[in-house]
Amino acid sequence: MATYRFTVDGKRVSVDAQPEMPLLYALRDDLGLRNPHFGCGLAQCGACTVHVNGEAMRSCVLPMSAVAGKTVTTIAGLGTPEKPHPLQAAYVAEGVPQCGYCINGWVMTAAAVLKQNPKASDAELRDALAGLKCRCGTHVAILRAIKRAQTQLA
Amino acid sequence: MDRREFLKTSGALVVSFSMPAAEALAQDAGKPALVPTELDSWIAILPDGRVNAFFGKMDMGQGLDIAVAQIVAEELDVGFDKVDVLMGDTASSCNQGGASGSTGTSNGARLLRKAAAEARRVLVERAADKLGAPAAQLKVEDGTVFAGGAKTTYAELVGGRYFHHQVQWNKQVGNPMDISVPAKPKSPAEYKVVGKPLPRRDVAWKVYGTGEFVTDVRVPGMLHARVIRPPRAACSVRGVDESSIKGIRGARVVHKKDFVAVVAPREWDAVRAARQLKVNWHYDDKAFPAMDGLHEYIRAAKPVKREETLKQGDVEAALKAPGARLVQAEYEWPFQSHASMGPACAVAEVKGDRCTVWTGSQKPHFTRDGVAKLLDMPAEKVRAIWVPGPGSYGRNDAGDAALDAAFLSRALGKPVRVQGMRADGTAWDPKGPAAVHRARAALDASGKVIAYDFMSKGFSRQHIATNEADPGDSLVGQALGLAPKTNPIYGSPEESYGFENKRLAWETIAPLVVDGCSPLRTSHLRDPVGPDIHFGSEQFIDELAHAAGVDPVEFRLRYLTKPRHQAVVKAAAEKAGWSSLGKGKGIAFADRNGTAVAVVAEVEVDRKSGRIWAKRVTVAHDCGLIINPLTLRQTIEGNVVQGISRTLYEEVRFAPAQVESVDWASYPIAEMPDAPEAIEIVLIDRPEIAPSGAGEPTIRVIPAAVANAFFSATGVRLRSAPLNPERVKAALAKA
Repeated sequence: MATYRFTVDGKRVSVDAQPEMPLLYALRDDLGLRNPHFGCGLAQCGACTVHVNGEAMRSCVLPMSAVAGKTVTTIAGLGTPEKPHPLQAAYVAEGVPQCGYCINGWVMTAAAVLKQNPKASDAELRDALAGLKCRCGTHVAILRAIKRAQTQLA
Repeated sequence: MDRREFLKTSGALVVSFSMPAAEALAQDAGKPALVPTELDSWIAILPDGRVNAFFGKMDMGQGLDIAVAQIVAEELDVGFDKVDVLMGDTASSCNQGGASGSTGTSNGARLLRKAAAEARRVLVERAADKLGAPAAQLKVEDGTVFAGGAKTTYAELVGGRYFHHQVQWNKQVGNPMDISVPAKPKSPAEYKVVGKPLPRRDVAWKVYGTGEFVTDVRVPGMLHARVIRPPRAACSVRGVDESSIKGIRGARVVHKKDFVAVVAPREWDAVRAARQLKVNWHYDDKAFPAMDGLHEYIRAAKPVKREETLKQGDVEAALKAPGARLVQAEYEWPFQSHASMGPACAVAEVKGDRCTVWTGSQKPHFTRDGVAKLLDMPAEKVRAIWVPGPGSYGRNDAGDAALDAAFLSRALGKPVRVQGMRADGTAWDPKGPAAVHRARAALDASGKVIAYDFMSKGFSRQHIATNEADPGDSLVGQALGLAPKTNPIYGSPEESYGFENKRLAWETIAPLVVDGCSPLRTSHLRDPVGPDIHFGSEQFIDELAHAAGVDPVEFRLRYLTKPRHQAVVKAAAEKAGWSSLGKGKGIAFADRNGTAVAVVAEVEVDRKSGRIWAKRVTVAHDCGLIINPLTLRQTIEGNVVQGISRTLYEEVRFAPAQVESVDWASYPIAEMPDAPEAIEIVLIDRPEIAPSGAGEPTIRVIPAAVANAFFSATGVRLRSAPLNPERVKAALAKA
């Protein structure tokens, strides 16, 4: 057990955990956050995605030992109904999610992609988002929302 | 009954997940029983004039609650924004069957429509008494009743109190539950709210991460559990080495018969304990057939039950008619998994003689019944609360988790949260059944079809029941020695092809390895056996069209006898520009319980990688009256992409007696590069025809549309699903 200090959605936190415990369990179990979600525990689906120092990471496999001193942002910290991230606003406008359980992966990954490449083409987006899963099949709506957000970011 | 008491009870149902069941269920003297014969079981007017509609089905992310709110607002004459739909809590809703068979609107909302119309009638009558004017002369606008210059409101008439008004119940439970009332619902010509593209209400909380999924439910003092599923089918437990998890803080084993679980106060500790625990499993040599011989096994297996679902003319004689040209083919469909986005989760709290369970099961009323039987409690002492979970698409693993949690909470005397690991969701969810579909037909010299014979043979779609109302149909029940109640049932194509000699039939075979739990148990997966059957039947129609030298659209129009069926085929072909499309186009059509769908798929085939891309998909959809075109389109889009996934990739892999599809690497699904460039949707609105459901119809025609498009692109038939790159490459290499 060790004590890990880091920042989550702008707040300083401290968690006592084993170094190999994935960040996801600290966020959900120790810090009581409702996001992100456990989907596979294998970095295969994206449902647990957060930003760590601005980079999209799968928190289900990211050990606590790698988190100390870092800045973690969840989808709830990305934006709020009052001050939404353009992707969140676009998702609401397009009514994207169905069950919604996968949403952290898509929004957090796309936010990181658009930060690097705001004008990403359709082909670039499809490529950059490969590996994420959505079981309800909302992929076409996801692309619509990202393209809508791109017009906001342009 | 006074207003405060009413608010206390109904308010608690709305906002609280974590309040004790006993308190929530406390019934004061004035509160009518929660039975279908009470109008109060369906509609409540709150003191501020807002309306609660109590719905015994639930929305799985396709906007069903919005459709219900529109219908209730319409019939009651109140603003759409004033109607809240409360779903899936057994303490506030009757058993309308949960999410099931695309009946949310057709059956579920039909009942609410009558309840709302009756509530309006009763309110107008009471207003007539109050205002001293004949009911027929009153007008209602947004919850205010006008008699000339005088007026009153619904809130003044009954707000915060009960109607105490009886309705007639048809004595059915589940999907067929219905009521009859003296009130006459509005005619579609009068609709102002129904038919509008109103947006869903669950989008924002999902996008901002501010709401609660079933995985987020927390109860004070709760323990985290992981259930240890057996390493293969038909296992029993010879011993559990509890010392193997010594050293993990607070970790404990729960073991009864063949059920084993670990619990710990912290979730990560429960995960570690599950990984570390040593269980001595015993199994004999009972095994599944070899995976590559699965369909041969099905062909050779003795049928348990055969049913001829349609028989007209003399098919056998017509097949042998002199000069007739015989066309025949067989199509193979694999086991498929629900593979929900997250493995199932449930929280249960047994307290005294009561149990509350929070579940993502799409049928919480049946969850309640199953928990009650498992714990030997009266059903009224159990409250099941549906909380949105990972989408379920039929009977996924959610019901098992709910019963696991209830069992563990009883055993430990504490609230328990169960969540599976990925393999529990993918390997151990109930599977869609594998089958072989055999089609034969005869054409006469003119190319006319004179005989048509279609037979599906496979595992039952209900090896375990479609819900968890009986613990024998759950993993914990089976681990404790209970047997499932298998119902041998399959299905047949739904269409109206007017072949004069025609037979449709199915045969089911016995489930594989039935002693104890099996990871290849089968149950309902979205549009149960629909994509499977129509993968065969609608490819075969194409094969017949080609044999007859007729365009596949023209061929379907020649034989479909129902005008609505013809209309969707024409609409899809027209929207897709069928006649001017080159190679790589395919059409498929089907009916589903009165909803007609035709799909034109346009594919690109990468011969080198073997990848099929359904680049453009055009859907024509007729489900009768359209309640909400916006949510309908989104529902159809989801069907298209999930259908593409099941067509191209999904196949449960298994070895001697275990499922080897345990995660997304071993059970791949469609990803973003597979998403069509465009999904074009033609909605055919038929206000005069009652809505017939849209949650599943589209998915049943996607596999054949894609396979037919592949044939159009390559001249090669793919008669075994999934149409994955290995199969495509192998088939193209052989051609």
